[in-house]
Amino acid sequence: MGLLIVLLTLLLVGAVVVVVSAPLRAARAGAPELSSSGGDHAAGPLQLERLEQLEAAREAKYRELRDLELDFRTGKLSRADYEATDAQLRAEAIAILDRLDRVQAGEASLRTRGA
Amino acid sequence: MAGLGYACLLLALAVCVYGIGASIYGVRTGRPEFTASGRRSMYALAGVLTAAFAVLEVAFLSNDFAFNTVADTSSRTTPGLYRAAAVWSSQEGSLLLWAWLMSIWSSLALFLTRRRLRDIAGYATAILLGFGAFFVSLMVFYANPFVTTTPAPAEGQGLDPLLRFPTMMIHPPMLYSGYTLCIVPLAFGMGALLARRLDADWIRAIRRFSFAAWLFLGAGILLGARWSYAELGWGGYWGWDAVENASLMPWLTGTAFLHSLMIQEKRGMLKVWNVSLALATGTLAIMGTFLVRSGVLNSIHAFGGQTLGVPFVILIGILIAGSIYLVVSRREMLRSEHRLDSLLSRESIFLANNVVLVGLCFVIFWGTYFPLISEALTGHEASVGPPWFDRYTVPLALMLVFLSGIGPLIAWRRATLANARRNFLAPLAIAFATLLGLELAGGAHKPLAVTMFCCAAFVLGSVGQEFVRGTRARRAMAGEASPRALLALMRRNRRRYGGYIAHVGMAVLFVGVAASSSFQHATELGLSPGQSARVGAYTVRYVRPTATVTPRYDAAHTGSTLSLGALLDVTKGGPRGPHVATLNPSEGYYASQDPSQGTVGSLIGGQAVSHVAMDAGITRDVWTAIQPDIEAPALKRIVELGNRTLPAQDAVVAIGVLAKTYLEHPPQAQFHLIDSPLVMWIWLGGMIVVGGGLIAIWPAPSAVRRRASVRARARAVRGLARA
Repeated sequence: MGLLIVLLTLLLVGAVVVVVSAPLRAARAGAPELSSSGGDHAAGPLQLERLEQLEAAREAKYRELRDLELDFRTGKLSRADYEATDAQLRAEAIAILDRLDRVQAGEASLRTRGA
Repeated sequence: MAGLGYACLLLALAVCVYGIGASIYGVRTGRPEFTASGRRSMYALAGVLTAAFAVLEVAFLSNDFAFNTVADTSSRTTPGLYRAAAVWSSQEGSLLLWAWLMSIWSSLALFLTRRRLRDIAGYATAILLGFGAFFVSLMVFYANPFVTTTPAPAEGQGLDPLLRFPTMMIHPPMLYSGYTLCIVPLAFGMGALLARRLDADWIRAIRRFSFAAWLFLGAGILLGARWSYAELGWGGYWGWDAVENASLMPWLTGTAFLHSLMIQEKRGMLKVWNVSLALATGTLAIMGTFLVRSGVLNSIHAFGGQTLGVPFVILIGILIAGSIYLVVSRREMLRSEHRLDSLLSRESIFLANNVVLVGLCFVIFWGTYFPLISEALTGHEASVGPPWFDRYTVPLALMLVFLSGIGPLIAWRRATLANARRNFLAPLAIAFATLLGLELAGGAHKPLAVTMFCCAAFVLGSVGQEFVRGTRARRAMAGEASPRALLALMRRNRRRYGGYIAHVGMAVLFVGVAASSSFQHATELGLSPGQSARVGAYTVRYVRPTATVTPRYDAAHTGSTLSLGALLDVTKGGPRGPHVATLNPSEGYYASQDPSQGTVGSLIGGQAVSHVAMDAGITRDVWTAIQPDIEAPALKRIVELGNRTLPAQDAVVAIGVLAKTYLEHPPQAQFHLIDSPLVMWIWLGGMIVVGGGLIAIWPAPSAVRRRASVRARARAVRGLARA
């Protein structure tokens, strides 16, 4: 039983070391998404994160537009207030879409250069 | 196998220490491979603690009494399912459950955010692993679940009979899941402050986890209330017990957080509120965990024995000091991006809602910790009881329910008075009609309860109006039939309508609380067979005594040696009124390990537990509990004679004789009888809240999300073209 416990413990320790060290080994082997050497390769994950942030902001803005329309149609807003706020939100949405387009264009050019 | 369990704890501690270092190093030096390694340390921690938990669970299920925790809290006569749950009935086992659940939920949070918030996630990982290290250290140095005794005892002490109840199996895992999920927003909030990234990104990332924490905590609190009502034998569901309060406080601040984070997402406002609420909720969750283990407060929930007060106080001190420092030092970055457009807006209602919720939390905090504060200042311990809590929480609860009805009626940003008048008309009319009806029915002598009923009616009217108008609007836009329009409306606006349903659930729950508190009839008296008692609108007649013997055959299937009870006949009105129910409350007597009680006495000398019997309905519960007189001279003589003459292996014969004597010559028993209206509404309301919360949190199917995004994008572009 003692030997079994020792073996199981060693197995666990080995598994932990393999799992925890995987990113370090990958970085040493030169995996681009984990490289800290900077340059175009390091920009990839940052681009992806920026993309996801902008997509989340876009979804949030679309939700605001839907909420606003629902508030108007359920009689909580006057037409004047609805139109004024709607125009403002649409302008904010367009600004997010423009930033998203720029980031997506930047990501595409990174991919082209990488290829 | 205890050695394997302890080795897992040591490995877990090492993983936490490494992970903290790797995460901080990765963030500070901009080396993502170290941040990723830190995140994987959390996954590894979850794996190692799963192994440790499995070792302990197997020990319980296989009756390995060499483990001290198994010997202290389980036995061969403890039913199997309760043995499985007994793992978390001890200090040591519950610490392991806490750490394990924390590692699981933290792993999930870090996995789902692995490609986002890189600068924040590294700090959050370090903080979460810090909590892991704290709880694992407690087990390694103070309360080791894998301590063994050689030779192993032949039998264990058995699970506390009070915990042998179905909801008690699930209540701690739900509550601990809630507590541990509260740590996730705290970690990400601190990470956002440390990384100085205080836009809405971190809010969006942890929103679902905050919701999940709120759901689990709420469900855990309700399950505990149900256990109190159906098992403890006092007839109530909430006693303002310190540990009950400790679980309610983070739920209150968590509720405030869920509401105000919507405002930061939409308008970039209330940043100070949000980060403070996230930190406060997590800290209160730790304080709740501290209360049961510190020995500082008296509670039925408290773990006896070793106290872990000092390490927890240090941790809580660090959390409070650290939170205050971070918020104050980053206050410039926490300025709102916009101001309130109007007092007549949903934002201002949410702000008022926050103030009330935090106020409620403060009142409960003061009343719960008052004994400590009093002792520290004056040297004398003092305590506050339910009347004090009721005096201050009821008005705040009324305000809360009323505000939850106003919110749906007012638009974001600004509403006009004319629109507000139109929207308030129907719900106010319903509230007023409710008031008239209750006054005519004679409810005037309970003004607070009547006010709560009217506020709840206002909420139901307000939400009902929203559903009707929303469905009508959807029909006008899409030309759908009403049922389909309603479904489509809810599918496209899950957060809004899920939230409305949760508000309805809260209103229903508070109606149940108000009615059962204010209009309850209760009586405690002694009855012999054939005698009756009146309680409220019902008559309860003691028909005959009941008795069951041996663990396998006890009436409530909880492993008691002997169960003595009574068959009760409940009729509406007088004794000859229509039959309502037949009830069989009983008292279970459990074995003890105390040899001084004698061979027979020790079979029933453990803790006696009341098994409540009730007839529960949508309009009222008839609740009964019995306390048989087991010390009656005839019964006591049997025990004494058995102790003198019977060896241990034959002692159960005397229990059979005792039961027979009880059936043939039953002594007068004490009964607690209650007629309580609308108690079922509390449980139903809670389920509605959970249902509404699940709808709000449920992700939209990706196809619907894409279609909605494409349509919204096209509209936005057209709008710009028009402009």
